[in-house]
Amino acid sequence: MTERDAVSLEDVRRVAELAQLELSSDEETRMQRDLSAILGYVQQLNELDTAKVEPLAQIAALLHGAERENASLREDEVRASLERKRVMASAPVADESYFKVPKVIER
Amino acid sequence: MAKNTTQKLFTDPVVAGLRAGERKATVLLHESLDAIDARNKRVNAYLSVAREHATARAAEIDAMAPAERGKLRLAGLPCGIKDVLTVEGLPATASSRILKGYQPPYTATAVQKLIDAGAVIVGKLNCDEFAMGSSNENSAYGVVRNPHGEDRVPGGSSGGSAAAVAAGMAPVTLGTDTGGSIRQPAAFCGVVGVLPTYGRVSRYGLIAFASSLDRVGPLAGNVRDAAEVLGVIAGHDVMDATSSTAPVPDYTEGLDKGVKGMRLGVPAEYFGEGLDPEVREAVEGTIARLKAEGAEVKPISLPHTRYAVPTYYVIATAEASANLARFDGVRYGFRAPEAETLAQMYRKTRDLGFGAEVKRRILLGTYVLSAGYYDAYYKKAQQVRRLLAQDFLNAFAEVDAIVTPTTPTPAFKIGEKSDDPLAMYLADIYTVTANLAGICGASVPCGVSKDGLPIGIQILGKHFDEATVLRVGQAVERLQETA
Repeated sequence: MTERDAVSLEDVRRVAELAQLELSSDEETRMQRDLSAILGYVQQLNELDTAKVEPLAQIAALLHGAERENASLREDEVRASLERKRVMASAPVADESYFKVPKVIER
Repeated sequence: MAKNTTQKLFTDPVVAGLRAGERKATVLLHESLDAIDARNKRVNAYLSVAREHATARAAEIDAMAPAERGKLRLAGLPCGIKDVLTVEGLPATASSRILKGYQPPYTATAVQKLIDAGAVIVGKLNCDEFAMGSSNENSAYGVVRNPHGEDRVPGGSSGGSAAAVAAGMAPVTLGTDTGGSIRQPAAFCGVVGVLPTYGRVSRYGLIAFASSLDRVGPLAGNVRDAAEVLGVIAGHDVMDATSSTAPVPDYTEGLDKGVKGMRLGVPAEYFGEGLDPEVREAVEGTIARLKAEGAEVKPISLPHTRYAVPTYYVIATAEASANLARFDGVRYGFRAPEAETLAQMYRKTRDLGFGAEVKRRILLGTYVLSAGYYDAYYKKAQQVRRLLAQDFLNAFAEVDAIVTPTTPTPAFKIGEKSDDPLAMYLADIYTVTANLAGICGASVPCGVSKDGLPIGIQILGKHFDEATVLRVGQAVERLQETA
Protein backbone atom coordinates (compact mmCIF):
# COMPACT_ATOMS: atom_id res chain seq x y z
CA MET A 1 0.00 0.00 0.00
CA THR A 2 1.43 3.31 -1.01
CA GLU A 3 1.20 6.55 0.88
CA ARG A 4 -2.41 7.35 1.72
CA ASP A 5 -3.78 6.85 -1.76
CA ALA A 6 -7.41 7.75 -1.15
CA VAL A 7 -10.06 5.68 -2.87
CA SER A 8 -11.54 7.48 -5.89
CA LEU A 9 -15.10 7.28 -7.19
CA GLU A 10 -13.63 5.40 -10.16
CA ASP A 11 -12.18 2.81 -7.77
CA VAL A 12 -15.56 2.36 -6.10
CA ARG A 13 -17.24 1.85 -9.47
CA ARG A 14 -14.56 -0.62 -10.55
CA VAL A 15 -14.86 -2.84 -7.46
CA ALA A 16 -18.66 -2.58 -7.50
CA GLU A 17 -18.59 -3.97 -11.00
CA LEU A 18 -16.21 -6.77 -9.98
CA ALA A 19 -18.47 -7.62 -7.04
CA GLN A 20 -21.67 -7.48 -9.14
CA LEU A 21 -23.11 -4.69 -7.03
CA GLU A 22 -25.20 -1.86 -8.43
CA LEU A 23 -24.75 1.28 -6.36
CA SER A 24 -26.82 4.47 -6.46
CA SER A 25 -24.80 7.67 -6.76
CA ASP A 26 -25.47 8.43 -3.09
CA GLU A 27 -24.13 4.99 -2.19
CA GLU A 28 -21.05 5.54 -4.37
CA THR A 29 -20.20 8.75 -2.52
CA ARG A 30 -20.81 7.17 0.86
CA MET A 31 -18.70 4.10 0.03
CA GLN A 32 -15.88 6.28 -1.32
CA ARG A 33 -15.80 8.12 2.01
CA ASP A 34 -16.00 4.93 4.13
CA LEU A 35 -13.47 2.91 2.12
CA SER A 36 -10.99 5.81 2.20
CA ALA A 37 -11.36 6.08 5.99
CA ILE A 38 -11.02 2.33 6.59
CA LEU A 39 -8.10 1.83 4.19
CA GLY A 40 -6.42 4.92 5.66
CA TYR A 41 -6.65 3.23 9.05
CA VAL A 42 -5.26 -0.01 7.59
CA GLN A 43 -2.14 1.90 6.42
CA GLN A 44 -0.68 1.56 9.93
CA LEU A 45 0.21 -2.06 9.06
CA ASN A 46 3.02 -0.50 7.02
CA GLU A 47 4.79 0.39 10.27
CA LEU A 48 5.68 -3.30 10.56
CA ASP A 49 8.53 -4.82 8.58
CA THR A 50 7.11 -8.13 7.39
CA ALA A 51 9.62 -8.83 4.62
CA LYS A 52 10.69 -12.07 6.31
CA VAL A 53 7.26 -13.15 7.62
CA GLU A 54 5.40 -15.98 5.88
CA PRO A 55 1.72 -15.16 5.29
CA LEU A 56 -0.66 -17.16 7.51
CA ALA A 57 -3.83 -18.14 5.67
CA GLN A 58 -5.36 -20.29 8.36
CA ILE A 59 -4.44 -21.37 11.80
CA ALA A 60 -4.02 -25.11 11.37
CA ALA A 61 -0.85 -24.30 9.43
CA LEU A 62 0.62 -22.84 12.64
CA LEU A 63 -0.22 -25.77 14.90
CA HIS A 64 2.40 -28.26 13.70
CA GLY A 65 2.12 -31.37 15.74
CA ALA A 66 -1.15 -30.41 17.36
CA GLU A 67 -2.84 -32.19 14.53
CA ARG A 68 -1.61 -34.49 11.83
CA GLU A 69 -1.79 -32.89 8.41
CA ASN A 70 -4.83 -34.01 6.41
CA ALA A 71 -6.02 -36.00 9.40
CA SER A 72 -9.55 -34.86 8.82
CA LEU A 73 -9.78 -35.71 5.13
CA ARG A 74 -12.46 -38.35 4.62
CA GLU A 75 -12.33 -41.43 2.45
CA ASP A 76 -13.14 -40.72 -1.20
CA GLU A 77 -16.21 -42.88 -1.54
CA VAL A 78 -19.68 -42.54 -3.05
CA ARG A 79 -22.27 -41.34 -0.53
CA ALA A 80 -25.81 -40.02 -0.71
CA SER A 81 -26.10 -36.25 -1.11
CA LEU A 82 -29.07 -33.95 -0.61
CA GLU A 83 -32.15 -34.79 -2.60
CA ARG A 84 -32.38 -32.68 -5.74
CA LYS A 85 -36.07 -31.88 -5.32
CA ARG A 86 -35.53 -30.41 -1.88
CA VAL A 87 -32.59 -28.32 -3.04
CA MET A 88 -34.46 -27.02 -6.10
CA ALA A 89 -37.41 -26.07 -3.88
CA SER A 90 -35.34 -23.19 -2.46
CA ALA A 91 -34.68 -21.59 -5.86
CA PRO A 92 -36.68 -18.49 -6.82
CA VAL A 93 -37.32 -19.85 -10.35
CA ALA A 94 -36.72 -23.46 -11.36
CA ASP A 95 -38.29 -26.32 -13.19
CA GLU A 96 -37.90 -29.92 -12.04
CA SER A 97 -34.19 -30.20 -12.57
CA TYR A 98 -32.79 -26.80 -13.65
CA PHE A 99 -32.39 -23.35 -12.18
CA LYS A 100 -33.95 -20.82 -14.54
CA VAL A 101 -32.21 -17.52 -15.27
CA PRO A 102 -32.69 -14.75 -17.84
CA LYS A 103 -31.39 -15.60 -21.31
CA VAL A 104 -27.58 -15.54 -21.42
CA ILE A 105 -26.81 -15.94 -25.14
CA GLU A 106 -28.26 -13.37 -27.52
CA ARG A 107 -28.91 -14.45 -31.06
CA MET B 1 -18.33 1.36 40.41
CA ALA B 2 -21.69 1.50 42.14
CA LYS B 3 -22.58 -2.14 42.36
CA ASN B 4 -26.26 -2.95 42.11
CA THR B 5 -26.58 -5.66 44.73
CA THR B 6 -30.09 -6.65 43.66
CA GLN B 7 -28.94 -7.67 40.17
CA LYS B 8 -28.02 -11.35 39.91
CA LEU B 9 -25.24 -11.89 37.38
CA PHE B 10 -25.81 -15.61 36.76
CA THR B 11 -28.74 -18.01 36.48
CA ASP B 12 -28.87 -21.40 38.18
CA PRO B 13 -27.60 -24.27 36.00
CA VAL B 14 -30.41 -26.33 34.49
CA VAL B 15 -28.85 -29.01 32.29
CA ALA B 16 -27.89 -31.54 35.00
CA GLY B 17 -31.29 -31.12 36.70
CA LEU B 18 -33.11 -31.78 33.45
CA ARG B 19 -31.08 -34.91 32.81
CA ALA B 20 -31.86 -36.19 36.32
CA GLY B 21 -35.56 -35.43 35.89
CA GLU B 22 -35.47 -32.90 38.75
CA ARG B 23 -36.49 -30.14 36.37
CA LYS B 24 -39.24 -30.36 33.79
CA ALA B 25 -38.62 -29.55 30.14
CA THR B 26 -42.20 -28.30 29.73
CA VAL B 27 -41.86 -25.91 32.66
CA LEU B 28 -38.56 -24.48 31.38
CA LEU B 29 -39.94 -24.12 27.88
CA HIS B 30 -43.03 -22.33 29.16
CA GLU B 31 -40.84 -19.91 31.09
CA SER B 32 -38.97 -19.19 27.85
CA LEU B 33 -42.17 -18.83 25.80
CA ASP B 34 -43.74 -16.58 28.46
CA ALA B 35 -40.67 -14.34 28.35
CA ILE B 36 -40.91 -14.27 24.55
CA ASP B 37 -44.59 -13.29 24.73
CA ALA B 38 -43.85 -10.61 27.29
CA ARG B 39 -40.76 -9.01 25.77
CA ASN B 40 -39.87 -10.18 22.28
CA LYS B 41 -42.04 -7.56 20.57
CA ARG B 42 -39.78 -4.91 22.09
CA VAL B 43 -36.43 -6.76 22.43
CA ASN B 44 -36.76 -8.40 18.96
CA ALA B 45 -34.37 -11.27 19.76
CA TYR B 46 -36.34 -13.98 17.93
CA LEU B 47 -37.08 -13.80 14.21
CA SER B 48 -39.16 -17.00 14.29
CA VAL B 49 -40.47 -19.22 17.09
CA ALA B 50 -41.13 -22.95 16.64
CA ARG B 51 -43.77 -22.94 19.40
CA GLU B 52 -45.77 -26.06 18.54
CA HIS B 53 -42.87 -28.28 17.64
CA ALA B 54 -40.94 -27.22 20.76
CA THR B 55 -43.94 -27.76 23.03
CA ALA B 56 -44.51 -31.27 21.66
CA ARG B 57 -40.83 -32.17 21.99
CA ALA B 58 -40.60 -30.91 25.59
CA ALA B 59 -43.64 -33.01 26.54
CA GLU B 60 -42.03 -36.05 24.92
CA ILE B 61 -38.86 -35.59 26.97
CA ASP B 62 -40.80 -35.21 30.23
CA ALA B 63 -42.72 -38.40 29.46
CA MET B 64 -39.53 -40.43 28.96
CA ALA B 65 -38.46 -43.12 31.41
CA PRO B 66 -35.70 -41.79 33.70
CA ALA B 67 -33.08 -44.20 32.30
CA GLU B 68 -33.86 -43.14 28.73
CA ARG B 69 -33.81 -39.44 29.60
CA GLY B 70 -30.57 -39.90 31.53
CA LYS B 71 -28.86 -40.89 28.29
CA LEU B 72 -29.71 -37.54 26.70
CA ARG B 73 -27.04 -35.10 27.80
CA LEU B 74 -29.21 -32.05 27.15
CA ALA B 75 -32.60 -33.64 27.79
CA GLY B 76 -35.31 -31.01 27.33
CA LEU B 77 -32.97 -28.00 27.29
CA PRO B 78 -34.64 -25.13 25.39
CA CYS B 79 -32.16 -23.64 22.90
CA GLY B 80 -32.42 -20.67 20.55
CA ILE B 81 -30.36 -20.72 17.36
CA LYS B 82 -28.70 -17.75 15.65
CA ASP B 83 -30.28 -17.35 12.23
CA VAL B 84 -27.02 -17.97 10.36
CA LEU B 85 -27.25 -21.68 11.24
CA THR B 86 -29.61 -23.88 9.26
CA VAL B 87 -32.36 -25.94 10.87
CA GLU B 88 -34.44 -28.01 8.51
CA GLY B 89 -38.07 -26.92 8.68
CA LEU B 90 -37.27 -23.42 9.96
CA PRO B 91 -36.40 -20.36 7.86
CA ALA B 92 -32.73 -19.23 7.67
CA THR B 93 -32.37 -15.57 6.73
CA ALA B 94 -28.98 -14.58 8.18
CA SER B 95 -31.00 -11.42 8.98
CA SER B 96 -30.73 -10.48 5.29
CA ARG B 97 -33.38 -9.62 2.73
CA ILE B 98 -31.47 -11.70 0.18
CA LEU B 99 -32.42 -14.91 2.05
CA LYS B 100 -36.04 -13.95 2.69
CA GLY B 101 -38.17 -17.05 2.22
CA TYR B 102 -35.23 -19.47 2.16
CA GLN B 103 -36.06 -22.88 3.66
CA PRO B 104 -32.80 -24.79 4.10
CA PRO B 105 -32.97 -28.47 3.09
CA TYR B 106 -30.62 -29.60 5.87
CA THR B 107 -29.65 -28.97 9.50
CA ALA B 108 -26.31 -27.60 10.69
CA THR B 109 -24.17 -30.22 12.46
CA ALA B 110 -23.93 -28.22 15.71
CA VAL B 111 -27.72 -27.93 15.82
CA GLN B 112 -28.22 -31.59 14.91
CA LYS B 113 -25.97 -32.58 17.80
CA LEU B 114 -28.10 -30.48 20.16
CA ILE B 115 -31.27 -32.12 18.84
CA ASP B 116 -29.76 -35.60 19.10
CA ALA B 117 -28.82 -34.85 22.73
CA GLY B 118 -32.44 -34.00 23.55
CA ALA B 119 -32.38 -30.20 23.29
CA VAL B 120 -35.59 -28.43 22.29
CA ILE B 121 -35.17 -25.87 19.51
CA VAL B 122 -37.18 -22.76 20.46
CA GLY B 123 -36.59 -20.69 17.32
CA LYS B 124 -34.22 -18.59 15.23
CA LEU B 125 -32.45 -15.54 16.62
CA ASN B 126 -31.86 -12.11 15.17
CA CYS B 127 -28.31 -10.99 14.42
CA ASP B 128 -26.40 -8.52 12.27
CA GLU B 129 -26.87 -9.28 8.58
CA PHE B 130 -24.55 -12.19 7.68
CA ALA B 131 -23.06 -11.76 11.17
CA MET B 132 -21.45 -8.48 10.11
CA GLY B 133 -21.68 -5.94 12.88
CA SER B 134 -21.04 -5.17 16.53
CA SER B 135 -24.43 -3.77 17.55
CA ASN B 136 -27.17 -5.83 15.87
CA GLU B 137 -28.27 -2.63 14.10
CA ASN B 138 -27.49 -4.18 10.70
CA SER B 139 -30.37 -6.66 10.69
CA ALA B 140 -32.87 -6.37 7.82
CA TYR B 141 -35.51 -7.35 10.39
CA GLY B 142 -34.96 -4.58 12.92
CA VAL B 143 -32.59 -3.79 15.77
CA VAL B 144 -32.35 -5.97 18.88
CA ARG B 145 -32.65 -4.06 22.17
CA ASN B 146 -30.51 -4.79 25.22
CA PRO B 147 -32.74 -6.27 27.96
CA HIS B 148 -30.70 -4.34 30.57
CA GLY B 149 -31.49 -0.99 28.92
CA GLU B 150 -33.73 -0.90 25.89
CA ASP B 151 -32.10 2.26 24.51
CA ARG B 152 -28.82 0.28 24.32
CA VAL B 153 -27.51 -2.13 21.73
CA PRO B 154 -27.15 -5.79 22.76
CA GLY B 155 -23.84 -6.01 20.91
CA GLY B 156 -23.30 -8.02 17.79
CA SER B 157 -23.36 -9.88 15.74
CA SER B 158 -25.01 -12.54 17.97
CA GLY B 159 -27.16 -9.82 19.61
CA GLY B 160 -30.34 -11.91 19.55
CA SER B 161 -28.53 -14.92 21.05
CA ALA B 162 -27.24 -12.84 23.99
CA ALA B 163 -30.44 -10.82 24.52
CA ALA B 164 -32.56 -13.99 24.51
CA VAL B 165 -30.53 -15.51 27.35
CA ALA B 166 -30.50 -12.21 29.27
CA ALA B 167 -34.29 -11.84 28.96
CA GLY B 168 -35.03 -15.47 29.92
CA MET B 169 -36.24 -16.34 26.41
CA ALA B 170 -34.00 -19.44 26.43
CA PRO B 171 -31.53 -20.75 29.02
CA VAL B 172 -29.00 -21.45 26.26
CA THR B 173 -28.47 -20.26 22.67
CA LEU B 174 -26.00 -20.83 19.88
CA GLY B 175 -24.13 -17.90 18.40
CA THR B 176 -21.23 -17.47 16.02
CA ASP B 177 -18.03 -15.49 16.52
CA THR B 178 -15.85 -14.20 13.67
CA GLY B 179 -14.31 -11.19 15.45
CA GLY B 180 -16.04 -11.15 18.82
CA SER B 181 -19.64 -11.85 17.86
CA ILE B 182 -20.32 -14.22 20.80
CA ARG B 183 -18.14 -12.60 23.46
CA GLN B 184 -18.96 -8.92 22.87
CA PRO B 185 -22.77 -9.34 23.00
CA ALA B 186 -22.37 -11.73 25.96
CA ALA B 187 -20.51 -8.94 27.79
CA PHE B 188 -23.07 -6.28 26.81
CA CYS B 189 -26.04 -8.44 27.89
CA GLY B 190 -24.47 -9.91 31.03
CA VAL B 191 -24.34 -13.56 29.98
CA VAL B 192 -21.65 -16.21 29.46
CA GLY B 193 -20.41 -16.63 25.87
CA VAL B 194 -17.82 -19.18 24.73
CA LEU B 195 -15.56 -18.94 21.69
CA PRO B 196 -14.33 -22.48 20.96
CA THR B 197 -10.95 -23.08 19.32
CA TYR B 198 -10.89 -22.92 15.52
CA GLY B 199 -11.85 -26.42 14.38
CA ARG B 200 -13.43 -27.46 17.69
CA VAL B 201 -17.05 -27.16 16.48
CA SER B 202 -18.22 -28.05 12.96
CA ARG B 203 -19.37 -25.18 10.74
CA TYR B 204 -21.38 -27.40 8.40
CA GLY B 205 -24.69 -25.59 7.96
CA LEU B 206 -23.28 -22.23 9.02
CA ILE B 207 -23.87 -19.51 6.43
CA ALA B 208 -20.24 -18.52 6.01
CA PHE B 209 -18.89 -15.01 6.61
CA ALA B 210 -15.09 -15.41 6.90
CA SER B 211 -14.10 -19.06 6.81
CA SER B 212 -10.67 -18.82 8.42
CA LEU B 213 -12.20 -17.00 11.41
CA ASP B 214 -15.82 -18.20 11.88
CA ARG B 215 -16.69 -20.27 14.97
CA VAL B 216 -19.90 -21.64 16.45
CA GLY B 217 -20.33 -21.53 20.23
CA PRO B 218 -22.79 -21.43 23.14
CA LEU B 219 -24.21 -18.56 25.20
CA ALA B 220 -25.78 -19.32 28.58
CA GLY B 221 -26.75 -17.81 31.90
CA ASN B 222 -23.96 -19.62 33.73
CA VAL B 223 -20.63 -21.31 32.98
CA ARG B 224 -21.75 -24.86 33.78
CA ASP B 225 -24.58 -24.91 31.24
CA ALA B 226 -22.26 -23.42 28.60
CA ALA B 227 -19.73 -26.18 29.34
CA GLU B 228 -22.44 -28.87 28.99
CA VAL B 229 -23.52 -27.51 25.60
CA LEU B 230 -19.96 -27.10 24.33
CA GLY B 231 -19.25 -30.74 25.17
CA VAL B 232 -22.18 -31.78 22.99
CA ILE B 233 -21.53 -29.61 19.93
CA ALA B 234 -17.73 -30.08 19.83
CA GLY B 235 -16.00 -32.75 17.78
CA HIS B 236 -15.00 -33.88 14.34
CA ASP B 237 -17.49 -33.81 11.47
CA VAL B 238 -16.92 -35.46 8.09
CA MET B 239 -18.95 -32.64 6.54
CA ASP B 240 -16.44 -29.97 7.67
CA ALA B 241 -12.85 -30.63 6.63
CA THR B 242 -11.64 -27.86 8.97
CA SER B 243 -13.09 -29.59 12.02
CA SER B 244 -10.53 -31.17 14.32
CA THR B 245 -10.18 -34.84 15.24
CA ALA B 246 -8.79 -33.93 18.66
CA PRO B 247 -10.72 -35.78 21.39
CA VAL B 248 -13.43 -33.83 23.24
CA PRO B 249 -13.03 -33.86 27.03
CA ASP B 250 -15.87 -33.61 29.54
CA TYR B 251 -15.84 -29.86 30.09
CA THR B 252 -17.84 -30.09 33.34
CA GLU B 253 -15.15 -32.23 34.95
CA GLY B 254 -12.72 -30.11 36.92
CA LEU B 255 -14.88 -27.01 36.48
CA ASP B 256 -14.85 -26.37 40.23
CA LYS B 257 -11.13 -26.89 40.77
CA GLY B 258 -10.58 -23.15 41.09
CA VAL B 259 -7.58 -21.05 40.05
CA LYS B 260 -5.12 -21.89 42.82
CA GLY B 261 -1.66 -22.19 41.29
CA MET B 262 -2.89 -21.21 37.86
CA ARG B 263 -0.80 -18.66 35.93
CA LEU B 264 -2.99 -15.85 34.59
CA GLY B 265 -1.46 -13.39 32.11
CA VAL B 266 -2.59 -9.76 32.08
CA PRO B 267 -1.57 -8.03 28.82
CA ALA B 268 -0.81 -4.33 29.27
CA GLU B 269 -2.04 -3.64 25.71
CA TYR B 270 -5.64 -4.43 26.73
CA PHE B 271 -5.73 -1.89 29.55
CA GLY B 272 -4.61 1.24 27.69
CA GLU B 273 -6.24 4.36 26.33
CA GLY B 274 -9.93 4.09 25.50
CA LEU B 275 -10.81 1.65 28.29
CA ASP B 276 -13.84 2.89 30.22
CA PRO B 277 -12.96 3.49 33.93
CA GLU B 278 -15.87 1.40 35.20
CA VAL B 279 -14.90 -1.53 32.97
CA ARG B 280 -11.30 -1.22 34.15
CA GLU B 281 -12.35 -1.20 37.79
CA ALA B 282 -14.58 -4.24 37.43
CA VAL B 283 -12.03 -6.28 35.48
CA GLU B 284 -9.02 -5.29 37.63
CA GLY B 285 -11.07 -5.96 40.76
CA THR B 286 -11.94 -9.43 39.49
CA ILE B 287 -8.30 -10.17 38.66
CA ALA B 288 -7.27 -9.07 42.17
CA ARG B 289 -9.80 -11.46 43.66
CA LEU B 290 -8.62 -14.33 41.45
CA LYS B 291 -5.16 -13.59 42.82
CA ALA B 292 -6.53 -13.74 46.35
CA GLU B 293 -7.94 -17.17 45.43
CA GLY B 294 -4.42 -18.36 44.70
CA ALA B 295 -3.87 -17.54 41.02
CA GLU B 296 -0.45 -16.32 40.01
CA VAL B 297 -1.08 -13.08 38.12
CA LYS B 298 1.67 -12.18 35.63
CA PRO B 299 1.98 -9.03 33.54
CA ILE B 300 2.56 -10.02 29.91
CA SER B 301 2.87 -8.29 26.55
CA LEU B 302 1.09 -9.03 23.28
CA PRO B 303 3.04 -6.43 21.32
CA HIS B 304 1.14 -6.52 18.02
CA THR B 305 -2.29 -6.03 19.55
CA ARG B 306 -2.87 -2.58 18.06
CA TYR B 307 -2.57 -4.01 14.55
CA ALA B 308 -5.32 -6.57 15.11
CA VAL B 309 -8.35 -4.53 14.04
CA PRO B 310 -6.85 -3.36 10.72
CA THR B 311 -5.58 -6.90 10.04
CA TYR B 312 -8.99 -8.34 10.84
CA TYR B 313 -10.90 -5.96 8.58
CA VAL B 314 -8.70 -6.83 5.61
CA ILE B 315 -8.87 -10.61 6.09
CA ALA B 316 -12.52 -10.84 7.14
CA THR B 317 -13.77 -8.66 4.29
CA ALA B 318 -11.63 -10.45 1.70
CA GLU B 319 -13.08 -13.79 2.74
CA ALA B 320 -16.59 -12.33 2.95
CA SER B 321 -16.43 -10.97 -0.58
CA ALA B 322 -15.73 -14.51 -1.80
CA ASN B 323 -18.26 -16.25 0.46
CA LEU B 324 -21.06 -13.85 -0.43
CA ALA B 325 -20.56 -14.26 -4.18
CA ARG B 326 -22.97 -17.22 -3.96
CA PHE B 327 -25.93 -14.92 -3.30
CA ASP B 328 -26.85 -14.24 -6.88
CA GLY B 329 -30.62 -14.74 -7.08
CA VAL B 330 -30.26 -18.14 -8.74
CA ARG B 331 -30.26 -20.80 -6.04
CA TYR B 332 -31.92 -19.53 -2.87
CA GLY B 333 -34.02 -16.80 -1.37
CA PHE B 334 -34.73 -13.55 -3.13
CA ARG B 335 -34.42 -12.61 -6.82
CA ALA B 336 -35.02 -9.05 -7.98
CA PRO B 337 -37.99 -8.87 -10.36
CA GLU B 338 -37.82 -7.27 -13.81
CA ALA B 339 -34.22 -8.03 -14.71
CA GLU B 340 -33.85 -8.66 -18.42
CA THR B 341 -30.29 -9.93 -18.58
CA LEU B 342 -28.32 -12.24 -16.31
CA ALA B 343 -25.93 -9.43 -15.34
CA GLN B 344 -28.85 -7.19 -14.42
CA MET B 345 -30.39 -9.95 -12.37
CA TYR B 346 -27.20 -10.44 -10.34
CA ARG B 347 -26.74 -6.74 -9.69
CA LYS B 348 -30.32 -5.82 -8.90
CA THR B 349 -30.73 -8.86 -6.66
CA ARG B 350 -27.58 -8.01 -4.73
CA ASP B 351 -28.38 -4.28 -4.64
CA LEU B 352 -31.86 -4.85 -3.20
CA GLY B 353 -30.91 -7.90 -1.15
CA PHE B 354 -27.85 -6.69 0.78
CA GLY B 355 -27.79 -3.95 3.42
CA ALA B 356 -25.24 -1.11 3.57
CA GLU B 357 -22.70 -2.76 5.90
CA VAL B 358 -22.65 -5.97 3.86
CA LYS B 359 -22.09 -3.98 0.66
CA ARG B 360 -19.35 -1.98 2.36
CA ARG B 361 -17.54 -5.16 3.38
CA ILE B 362 -17.97 -6.82 -0.01
CA LEU B 363 -16.52 -3.71 -1.68
CA LEU B 364 -13.65 -3.49 0.79
CA GLY B 365 -12.89 -7.20 0.41
CA THR B 366 -13.03 -7.01 -3.36
CA TYR B 367 -10.75 -3.98 -3.27
CA VAL B 368 -8.05 -5.60 -1.12
CA LEU B 369 -8.07 -8.72 -3.30
CA SER B 370 -8.06 -6.88 -6.62
CA ALA B 371 -5.12 -6.72 -9.01
CA GLY B 372 -2.45 -4.33 -7.80
CA TYR B 373 -3.67 -4.28 -4.18
CA TYR B 374 -3.48 -7.95 -3.20
CA ASP B 375 0.11 -7.89 -1.92
CA ALA B 376 -0.20 -4.47 -0.32
CA TYR B 377 -3.30 -5.30 1.70
CA TYR B 378 -4.25 -8.98 1.78
CA LYS B 379 -0.79 -10.53 1.88
CA LYS B 380 0.38 -7.88 4.32
CA ALA B 381 -2.54 -8.66 6.63
CA GLN B 382 -1.79 -12.38 6.47
CA GLN B 383 1.80 -11.68 7.46
CA VAL B 384 0.71 -9.56 10.41
CA ARG B 385 -1.76 -12.31 11.31
CA ARG B 386 1.19 -14.62 11.87
CA LEU B 387 2.83 -12.07 14.16
CA LEU B 388 -0.40 -11.72 16.15
CA ALA B 389 -0.75 -15.51 16.49
CA GLN B 390 2.90 -15.80 17.50
CA ASP B 391 2.32 -13.22 20.28
CA PHE B 392 -0.18 -15.62 21.83
CA LEU B 393 2.00 -18.72 21.39
CA ASN B 394 4.84 -16.87 23.14
CA ALA B 395 2.55 -15.74 25.97
CA PHE B 396 1.11 -19.20 26.48
CA ALA B 397 4.61 -20.57 27.04
CA GLU B 398 4.49 -18.63 30.32
CA VAL B 399 0.84 -18.54 31.38
CA ASP B 400 -2.14 -20.92 31.44
CA ALA B 401 -4.76 -18.34 30.48
CA ILE B 402 -5.01 -14.63 29.72
CA VAL B 403 -7.54 -12.26 31.28
CA THR B 404 -8.65 -8.94 29.75
CA PRO B 405 -11.76 -6.79 29.44
CA THR B 406 -14.11 -8.17 26.76
CA THR B 407 -15.10 -4.71 25.52
CA PRO B 408 -13.70 -1.19 26.01
CA THR B 409 -17.08 0.12 27.26
CA PRO B 410 -20.43 -1.21 28.46
CA ALA B 411 -23.25 -1.36 25.88
CA PHE B 412 -23.47 1.86 23.86
CA LYS B 413 -26.65 3.60 22.77
CA ILE B 414 -28.62 2.53 19.70
CA GLY B 415 -27.59 4.85 16.86
CA GLU B 416 -24.46 6.08 18.64
CA LYS B 417 -21.97 4.53 16.20
CA SER B 418 -24.17 3.40 13.33
CA ASP B 419 -23.00 6.23 11.06
CA ASP B 420 -19.28 5.67 11.62
CA PRO B 421 -18.05 2.23 10.51
CA LEU B 422 -14.55 2.75 11.87
CA ALA B 423 -15.81 3.66 15.36
CA MET B 424 -18.00 0.56 15.25
CA TYR B 425 -15.07 -1.65 14.23
CA LEU B 426 -13.11 -0.47 17.28
CA ALA B 427 -15.80 -2.02 19.52
CA ASP B 428 -14.07 -5.32 18.63
CA ILE B 429 -10.60 -4.18 19.67
CA TYR B 430 -10.13 -6.78 22.46
CA THR B 431 -11.88 -9.68 20.73
CA VAL B 432 -10.61 -9.90 17.13
CA THR B 433 -7.16 -11.11 18.20
CA ALA B 434 -8.46 -14.50 19.39
CA ASN B 435 -10.15 -15.14 16.04
CA LEU B 436 -7.00 -14.26 14.12
CA ALA B 437 -4.90 -16.54 16.36
CA GLY B 438 -7.41 -19.42 16.39
CA ILE B 439 -7.35 -19.69 20.19
CA CYS B 440 -10.35 -20.23 22.46
CA GLY B 441 -11.94 -17.86 24.94
CA ALA B 442 -15.00 -16.76 26.80
CA SER B 443 -16.70 -13.70 28.22
CA VAL B 444 -18.09 -14.00 31.72
CA PRO B 445 -20.03 -11.29 33.63
CA CYS B 446 -17.87 -9.61 36.30
CA GLY B 447 -19.76 -6.50 37.30
CA VAL B 448 -22.36 -3.86 36.59
CA SER B 449 -21.89 -0.19 35.72
CA LYS B 450 -23.56 2.58 37.69
CA ASP B 451 -26.15 2.73 34.90
CA GLY B 452 -26.99 -0.93 35.51
CA LEU B 453 -25.18 -2.19 32.41
CA PRO B 454 -23.27 -5.50 32.57
CA ILE B 455 -19.48 -5.70 32.28
CA GLY B 456 -17.65 -8.80 31.01
CA ILE B 457 -14.19 -10.22 31.63
CA GLN B 458 -12.58 -12.05 28.74
CA ILE B 459 -10.63 -15.25 29.40
CA LEU B 460 -8.40 -16.49 26.57
CA GLY B 461 -6.90 -19.97 26.42
CA LYS B 462 -4.51 -22.09 24.41
CA HIS B 463 -5.70 -23.92 21.32
CA PHE B 464 -8.04 -26.73 22.39
CA ASP B 465 -7.79 -25.77 26.07
CA GLU B 466 -11.41 -24.75 26.59
CA ALA B 467 -11.34 -26.67 29.89
CA THR B 468 -8.97 -24.13 31.47
CA VAL B 469 -10.95 -21.16 30.13
CA LEU B 470 -14.17 -22.59 31.59
CA ARG B 471 -12.48 -23.34 34.90
CA VAL B 472 -11.37 -19.71 35.23
CA GLY B 473 -14.87 -18.65 34.15
CA GLN B 474 -16.41 -20.78 36.86
CA ALA B 475 -14.07 -19.20 39.42
CA VAL B 476 -15.22 -15.74 38.26
CA GLU B 477 -18.83 -16.85 38.58
CA ARG B 478 -18.25 -18.13 42.10
CA LEU B 479 -16.56 -14.84 43.10
CA GLN B 480 -19.68 -12.95 42.12
CA GLU B 481 -21.92 -15.25 44.09
CA THR B 482 -19.86 -14.89 47.23
CA ALA B 483 -19.47 -11.11 46.83
